[in-house]
Amino acid sequence: MGVNDSLLLPVADEDGAPFWEYAARGELRVQSCAAPACGELRFPPRPCCPHCGSFASEWREMSGRGRLWSYVIPHPPLLPAYAEQAPYNAVVVELVEAPHIRLAGNVVASADAPLNSVDPARLRIGAPVRAVFCPVGPDGFPLVRWLLER
Amino acid sequence: MATLKDATAIAGIGQTAFAKRLPESEKTLACRAILAALDDAGIAPSEVDGFASYTMEETDEVEVAKAIGAGDVTFFSKVGYGGGGSCATLGHLAAAVATGQASVGVAWRSRKRGSGPRPWKNTAVQLPTPAQWTRPYGLLRPADEIGMLARRYMHEYGATRDHLFNVALACRNRANQNPDAIMYERPLTREMYMTSRWISEPLCLFDNCLETDGALACVIVSAERARDCRQRPVYLHSVAQGLPAQHHGMVNYWNDDPLTGPAWTAARQLWKQADFGPDDVDVAQIYDAFTPLVPLSLEGYGFCGRGEGGAFTEGGALESGGRLPVNTGGGGLSEAYVHGFNLITEGVKQLRGTSTAQVPDAATCLVTAGEGVPTSAVLLRN
Repeated sequence: MGVNDSLLLPVADEDGAPFWEYAARGELRVQSCAAPACGELRFPPRPCCPHCGSFASEWREMSGRGRLWSYVIPHPPLLPAYAEQAPYNAVVVELVEAPHIRLAGNVVASADAPLNSVDPARLRIGAPVRAVFCPVGPDGFPLVRWLLER
Repeated sequence: MATLKDATAIAGIGQTAFAKRLPESEKTLACRAILAALDDAGIAPSEVDGFASYTMEETDEVEVAKAIGAGDVTFFSKVGYGGGGSCATLGHLAAAVATGQASVGVAWRSRKRGSGPRPWKNTAVQLPTPAQWTRPYGLLRPADEIGMLARRYMHEYGATRDHLFNVALACRNRANQNPDAIMYERPLTREMYMTSRWISEPLCLFDNCLETDGALACVIVSAERARDCRQRPVYLHSVAQGLPAQHHGMVNYWNDDPLTGPAWTAARQLWKQADFGPDDVDVAQIYDAFTPLVPLSLEGYGFCGRGEGGAFTEGGALESGGRLPVNTGGGGLSEAYVHGFNLITEGVKQLRGTSTAQVPDAATCLVTAGEGVPTSAVLLRN
């Protein structure tokens, strides 16, 4: 069993399920309004557009490139699976093409590396990152994670 | 338009001991605090006909009412979002009393957070909620979620750990004067702060509130009736709740401007109804589950400009005799963490002139509820 296999997994709700379905295919997609005059991106997913009220939505593919918006280094007490890897990093990434869309995640050395695989001294707000996908848990749930670009 | 301004008053306050571990149940502690508050006011339990607490309060009004011997109850309400609900419980009772839905209202919070399980250990049940977007990545605890905002805040505005220490120290210094505080006679130094263990960098041990067992309560009646009660009335001058547009709760990372939290929304409403402004506040009780919430709240409630909350803490500004003495009982950081209800009772003590860290002639006090979640605030005056 891998070091990441006992982490908590998202429980996809009806609104969020497409995000994870695309992630399983290696695609980072964000919900957007499908009304022709609107098209606003929104996150987290929800039933209707807060800008125009339309219930029509689509999932727009992102480049997967982002920048660190902020990060923390959690130390115990933590749930056991996380305490084992602590101190680790947890980050919020803003997407390059839509900086108001921000995703929580972890910066790792490679897609399936432990949460503590990058020296926290290398983390800087504004640092460029790109998305990778790591199958986690018995069913290979596609968690989105982040690699430092340099 | 009808107004709540000074229409109601806090006539009684009560509390239990605060400790890491108390033997009695939350229900028993709640009853003790409520009966103490009614005794403080000189009002019989049978006259209570209104109740308000937090949705996270596990002692129902049904249980409390029959245990204390309340009469027929005609108003009851619970406010959501954890520590964001504290001041709103007063607001709901004030509205009920001012509109004749009840005549004697009791607000309370009883909690065994010190000896009970940590809420974040129950993380699995949160996964079908928006927590699905954060918990799996190890943002498990409120300290991790607020630490994320704190790091960004420090980056954008140059706030430092020394600023956060100033907050922790002001609270600790006041707790050192308060025999009821868990941290009474336990001084804090800068060295202790700077060398303490991390909880979630950039937040260390002393940036976090105390895990506490305890209960508190307030009695609210009409201003007219309060003048005939046992204690000097403390008037509810203005009350507000705040849930900003596109707010997402504690993980407010998806708002266009995550560093202007619910405090800003509550503050606009609070000041709109008040006869005075931030410069006229003599003493403030600012929700301090984590130190960064204080500079963020100082900005939100208008004591300084955007990004100036860190610098505001310099030069002893938050200490007794400073520009704005805060959390004069020790706050959540050093007196007790009971979802902020002790901030309300401390505000009442200041306006009665009975605080252990009394601000001379205090006539106005701001009390705030949890920042970073849908929140509330109240302006008290005498």
